[in-house]
Amino acid sequence: MKGLKDLFTALAAVILGLLAGAVLMLAIGANPLEGFSYLFRGGLMNIERIGNTLATATTLTLTGLAMAFAFRTGLFSIGASGQMLMGGLAATAIGLSLQLPKWEMLTIILIASMLAGAIWGFIPGYLKARFNVHEVVSTIMLNWVAYWTVYYTVPAYFKAKLETESARIPDFASLKVPWLTEIFKGSFINLGVFVALGAAIVIAIVLNRTVLGYELKAVGFNRHAAEFAGINVPKNMALSLGISGALAGLGGATYYVGYAVNMQIGVLPSQGMDAIAVALLGANSPTGVVLASLFFGVLHSGKGFMNAMTGIPPEIGDTIIAIIIYFAATSVLFTRLFDGLKAKLRRKQ
Amino acid sequence: MSGMDYIVEMLNISKRFPGVLANDDVTVRLRKGEILALLGENGAGKSTLMSILFGLYKPDAGKILLRGKEVHVPNPNVANELGIGMVHQHFKLVHNFTVTENIVLGLEPRKGLVVDLKSAAERIARLSETYGLNVDPYAKIEDITVGMQQRVEILKMLYRNAEVLIFDEPTGALTPQEIDDLMAIMRNLIAEGKSILLITHKLKEIKAIADRCTVIRRGKVVGTVEVADTDEARMAEMMVGRAVSFTVDKKPREAGEVVLDIEALNVLSSRKTQAVKDLSLQVRYGEILGLAGVDGNGQTELVEALTGLRKAQSGTIRLKGVDVTDATVRARIRSGMAHIPEDRQRRGLVLDYSMEENLVLEIYGLPPYSRGGFLDRKAIRAHAEKLMEDFDVRAGEGALAAARSLSGGNQQKAIVGREIDHDPDLLIAVQPTRGLDVGSIEYIHKRLVEQRDRGKAVLLISLELDEVMDLSDRIAVISHGSITGIVDPKAVTEADVGLMMTGISRSDAGRSAVAKGDEK
Repeated sequence: MKGLKDLFTALAAVILGLLAGAVLMLAIGANPLEGFSYLFRGGLMNIERIGNTLATATTLTLTGLAMAFAFRTGLFSIGASGQMLMGGLAATAIGLSLQLPKWEMLTIILIASMLAGAIWGFIPGYLKARFNVHEVVSTIMLNWVAYWTVYYTVPAYFKAKLETESARIPDFASLKVPWLTEIFKGSFINLGVFVALGAAIVIAIVLNRTVLGYELKAVGFNRHAAEFAGINVPKNMALSLGISGALAGLGGATYYVGYAVNMQIGVLPSQGMDAIAVALLGANSPTGVVLASLFFGVLHSGKGFMNAMTGIPPEIGDTIIAIIIYFAATSVLFTRLFDGLKAKLRRKQ
Repeated sequence: MSGMDYIVEMLNISKRFPGVLANDDVTVRLRKGEILALLGENGAGKSTLMSILFGLYKPDAGKILLRGKEVHVPNPNVANELGIGMVHQHFKLVHNFTVTENIVLGLEPRKGLVVDLKSAAERIARLSETYGLNVDPYAKIEDITVGMQQRVEILKMLYRNAEVLIFDEPTGALTPQEIDDLMAIMRNLIAEGKSILLITHKLKEIKAIADRCTVIRRGKVVGTVEVADTDEARMAEMMVGRAVSFTVDKKPREAGEVVLDIEALNVLSSRKTQAVKDLSLQVRYGEILGLAGVDGNGQTELVEALTGLRKAQSGTIRLKGVDVTDATVRARIRSGMAHIPEDRQRRGLVLDYSMEENLVLEIYGLPPYSRGGFLDRKAIRAHAEKLMEDFDVRAGEGALAAARSLSGGNQQKAIVGREIDHDPDLLIAVQPTRGLDVGSIEYIHKRLVEQRDRGKAVLLISLELDEVMDLSDRIAVISHGSITGIVDPKAVTEADVGLMMTGISRSDAGRSAVAKGDEK
């Protein structure tokens, strides 16, 4: 029942977002039907583009899971960007420093990126638990700490020719594998797609089937009742943000040593912010997050094509996403509408 | 119909909320100059009905007549203009404002650009005198008692020239003395020509003050009775739909060893004031120790310190001889302490969890409910089904129902069941029947006594003096964070305990009780 309601809410938000996008296209004198057809074809029209959509969705799924996990524990983390950067930095550093067979290399890279993200998540978690520092403030600050850490570390230790980016990740340290690239005709898709799916399954199990998930959700729903039950609330908050950070760190690895071939400095990755939208639209459930990130993946990889074919600015794609966020955030309205419709149907019967 | 002089008539009112028919063709008539009690269980539809009269809800069907003329009440402002006033259960006062400032809030009298508080205060003083309210217009709300605050709410209505006064559960937070005073005030109001609608589930009060009583059950009017011609048992039966026993069946019993030993306990409140002061108290196996006191005298902080939710500043708490002063909540639960919390929705339940999840709130980590960190849903389900049957918890979807969807009575029964199921040596029951209907109260009382009869200890903390008097083997009275006396409930009257609750010690209370007797 709840799942159905969430689905209805999400679809309503998406449809209203698309409608608003259509209005904007009309306002600049373009044909919305044409615009949308190129937007979706850009994301889905051939196997290569589907691969790119999946590659975009991979990172979004992981950061979206990170957000959803924190939200479920009642914490409003916005630190996914910084955690991605730290995860990516750890992955890049290892990729450029060690020389090992590919599978060992990738295992170490994934573990290191998780750890780096986890630390970056645990710090605000600890500050919250110990000193009641609000996680919004501390995660934003840590985003910038991560930004400047990358800014100084990459040129100092990992650059090749250019000052603004790291050296190219060697093939044996990249999540990109030839067979997958070949199936998808040379797209950006990489092993991260399996990491993301696996993470979604693990998180679903943790949330729904484990003692840890029970405690974390109890803290998120009602911390007073959790205290009453003897659950260590501060510890669970710190743990939740740590796990959330680990997920975002993994997302960083899939982006910096999977999707991309090197690490640029001076960029706070937008996936960290889009993750909030993904989690909202996905109603903080792992399945919802996967579906929402796929949808956002289509929009992201299709907007360039739409711009090329019709002259509609790619920012329309971002605007649609922004509007969807607004509608998803005001989902109470849809829930009311849904309840109203249900009541009406029942009365008719 | 015209023979009777009705001031308010609510005719054939229906109001539907999603999934519930809160009021189903309800007709209630208030005569001029009478006190009409509106009696019903929680969720029977009393508050919905009054909210419709006060303009907070719009009825789906039916009409409201005021002095025989149909009126529409789209919002509370219109209700005020029509002379309908309401004292809410939870007072709506600005604490750092004076009485006068609170009363004029929203219709401040002006003299040019400044608020003319002086003339308002004079008018309030006159009103206060007329109705025997004894309120100081210049006192600050935070400095006056709860009973006084309620009178400010009454003055607020009078200041707005209300003719029809609605009282929503007015005695909940009052001491027995304050309740007597309130009743006197209500009689004064009637004498001055006002009409009163009294929402309550306390039969004793209806018997004491009301002229007629309209009983509502599941959104429908069961009947209206003349209070003088009926008794409490009859009204209770109308309200619940079956006969209800009032007396708690309790055989005498010797208390055993000490299970809880509190010694010189000091606890700070959240505002860093001394909430519990040098408090010492012992609870024994096989007894119900009632802790009586006026709300806000340190009960909440004492319970939180006992259960581990708040740090004790100094002193010791021993459970079964073991010092648990600094033990975690969980350690205390595991060593035999259970807690029925004061606020079931804030502390007692995770409202967004299902019933089965809530019923393992303290034991989810133990086998068979989980193994190796994984929950065993089957065991959890079976546990919930058994508890819900044993404790008569009714929910639409059974164990899978969201805790939020249960009525207050069923939520409370579930909590009581969960805590008793832990088989605790010490059960700390705080306000275990707050806001419940007589049927549920009867049931929970029976369970508490059962716990005592099985040789376990119960520490009962309640603001309902009746409840403490009926259930306890011994009564400890708390005032300003200290125990002012321990008495045998069979040897004292409610009035004695009521006086002790105000901080007067036992011997003084006895003397004044005697003095009162002499006056008569």
